[in-house]
Amino acid sequence: MPETHQARHPVKFYQVGSFAVGNRLLDEADRTVQSDRERTNSLTSGHRACQGCGEALGARYALDAAMRATDGRMVVANATGCLEVFSTPYPESSWRIPWLHSLFGNTAAVATGIAAALKVKGREDIRVVAQAGDGGTVDIGFGCLSGMFERNDDVLFVCYDNEAYMNTGVQRSGATPPAARTATTEAVGPEPGNRFGQGKNLPLLALAHEIPYVATATVADLHDLERKVEKAMSIRGSRYLHVLVPCPLGWVAASSETIHLARLARETGLFPVFEGAHGEVTDVVKIRHKEPVEEYLRLQGRYKHLFGSGARPDIVGRIQEIADRNIARFGLVDEVPPDEQSVGKQP
Amino acid sequence: MPVQQLEGSRAVAEAVALCRPEVVCAYPISPQTHIIEAVGAMVKSGRLTPCEFVNVESEFAAMSVSIGASATGARAYTATASQGLLFMAEAVFNAAGLGLPIVMTVANRAVGAPINIWNDHSDSMALRDAGWVQLFAETNQAAVDLHLLAFRLAEELSVPVMVCMDGFILTHAFEPVELPTQEQVDWFLPRYVPRQELDPEAPITIGAMVGPEAFEEVRYLAHLRLLRALTRVPELASEFETMFGRPLGARPGSAVGGSLVTSYRTEGATTVVVALGSVLGTVKDAVDELRTEGHPIGVVGLTTYRPFPAEALHGAVEGAHRVVVVEKAFGTGGRGFVTDDVAIALRDHDVAVHTIVAGLGGRPISEESLRRVLATAITGDLPAMSFLDLDMGAVTAETRAVRPL
Repeated sequence: MPETHQARHPVKFYQVGSFAVGNRLLDEADRTVQSDRERTNSLTSGHRACQGCGEALGARYALDAAMRATDGRMVVANATGCLEVFSTPYPESSWRIPWLHSLFGNTAAVATGIAAALKVKGREDIRVVAQAGDGGTVDIGFGCLSGMFERNDDVLFVCYDNEAYMNTGVQRSGATPPAARTATTEAVGPEPGNRFGQGKNLPLLALAHEIPYVATATVADLHDLERKVEKAMSIRGSRYLHVLVPCPLGWVAASSETIHLARLARETGLFPVFEGAHGEVTDVVKIRHKEPVEEYLRLQGRYKHLFGSGARPDIVGRIQEIADRNIARFGLVDEVPPDEQSVGKQP
Repeated sequence: MPVQQLEGSRAVAEAVALCRPEVVCAYPISPQTHIIEAVGAMVKSGRLTPCEFVNVESEFAAMSVSIGASATGARAYTATASQGLLFMAEAVFNAAGLGLPIVMTVANRAVGAPINIWNDHSDSMALRDAGWVQLFAETNQAAVDLHLLAFRLAEELSVPVMVCMDGFILTHAFEPVELPTQEQVDWFLPRYVPRQELDPEAPITIGAMVGPEAFEEVRYLAHLRLLRALTRVPELASEFETMFGRPLGARPGSAVGGSLVTSYRTEGATTVVVALGSVLGTVKDAVDELRTEGHPIGVVGLTTYRPFPAEALHGAVEGAHRVVVVEKAFGTGGRGFVTDDVAIALRDHDVAVHTIVAGLGGRPISEESLRRVLATAITGDLPAMSFLDLDMGAVTAETRAVRPL
């Protein structure tokens, strides 16, 4: 790496006196990118994200992992949204990587343009990452994203999914789960919160394009996220990574609960963590301790109307059905032999 | 180079290829298709190399791919028309705001509803204030020359340039065209050196969020940069003439060209017709007839429409007390877009400005109709705004049948 590289500065660890950062008690080979003092600082400190922001955490881990995987030869296209707004209030920028924000809905196409320019210049050693929130991915950005997949353009697209339009004040997106309260799906009336639709499962839609790599991850397992980014960067063509990033503001949850909620989303089966390639699911992260969805829902104010006075166990039951269907569909829980069932934590 | 008989789209494709674009992306829409088909074939055959030709899923993506490519330091080109231009509108503004020197051909076509694939200027006019330079071609030779100028101007000023040519009337018409050699173009158009680019060796942030404390200054600077085109276009046209041995936009065998505005028989003219695009040929024929009849009338063509060449127009219509703007678009409920610009440019002069809306949705503009209406201008009987060959019988029948106005 050239010495002028601005992203390469000695990293300060703010967790004083602890080895908690990035598994530094592990063998060096097993440690995370974040535990490396020589790592890049793609999204540096001082930005304006909320306390407990899952997206800021996810983006930092994902991009630093991508920087390590590409030896610092990376360009990033970013959609409009929280991540763009909190990182680049002119004249400041938290990005220490070449970074371009164009519009809300065109990030995949902009990334295609970057990749085309790099190819024509014979600089295919420089890799392209595009990133957007769920609105910029599943809704307004989907046309361009589908086009990018269909052409198999050499871009890793990362969606940081916090399940609503948080930047504009928590309005419903195509990724908002059923019954969740948002500013445009208020918790009033006989069907409070977001409607039960068919959903819009972007990871499966990506898989249906038969691109070479699709994965989901959460900020509860950052090592897994890093591993998937590194794997994605080892592959050419269109790759898609969908990261669940809880939002304390929009989910109406304590900022200290971000990681816990991401873990519960996985452990309930509501957010299946899996990998796929060329149209097939190739691997799943098994649920270790299956939790009922209620454990997950109760921690979030956006589901408050389902509990307490006027509780709606019927709606909680429908959400549990969704989780159970995911578990069955993706095989998220191992079949437990009959003699071990007494110790297994099965519902 | 010899003069060739070429379809307008083919001629433009050849001109674009001579400019060595590195990323071309396109989404098909009539009447732009022949241009991108021809460029696509040149890339596919290896004749135009190195170049990436990207088939995208919408015009919005076409402009967005151009944005990404241009920001990464590649010379980027695309083409569109009509609904396509409007569909990419958000990205058109964005390209200008980011100062990316993208060149785009607009094969001018009406905007629906009702859907109509034929020519008028509603599309380019709708985006006249998107921050792009807009150049209008009168002939296919002008279209070729303006593309060469466009890349040079765009990259010098770091602004995007739209070359507007009338759909079908130019894009699908075969005309004699003189194409320059590659050596000439390479001399005129140096390698693209971006003002800033996405480069891991020197990472920068492009497209930051600018608040009220600086946004006005950013916009003002963009305004100044765009206005620079009013100086650079004539200078580059002069350089063009030296290099290619003929004036910018001059048809083969003709010595008449022009960069900001073109004048035709304006000496002593008390009435001047202002127009842009291919209709200028018909206007000139009508004016020839009226001159023969002894009327002091002339023509001024606008080659550069954005930034608006107010000063050049001012000089070109000196002495006239009546200006008639022939427009292929108008603001429903308002008046002609070009008329507004002309009226503001001439506001300190005792000049009556009239609008003739003509040629909407491909309606032929005949020399005879134009001559008849211009004759009423000369006698002082032309209303402030009129519609050429409007079938009032059909309008009256419709308003009676459906709902009285």
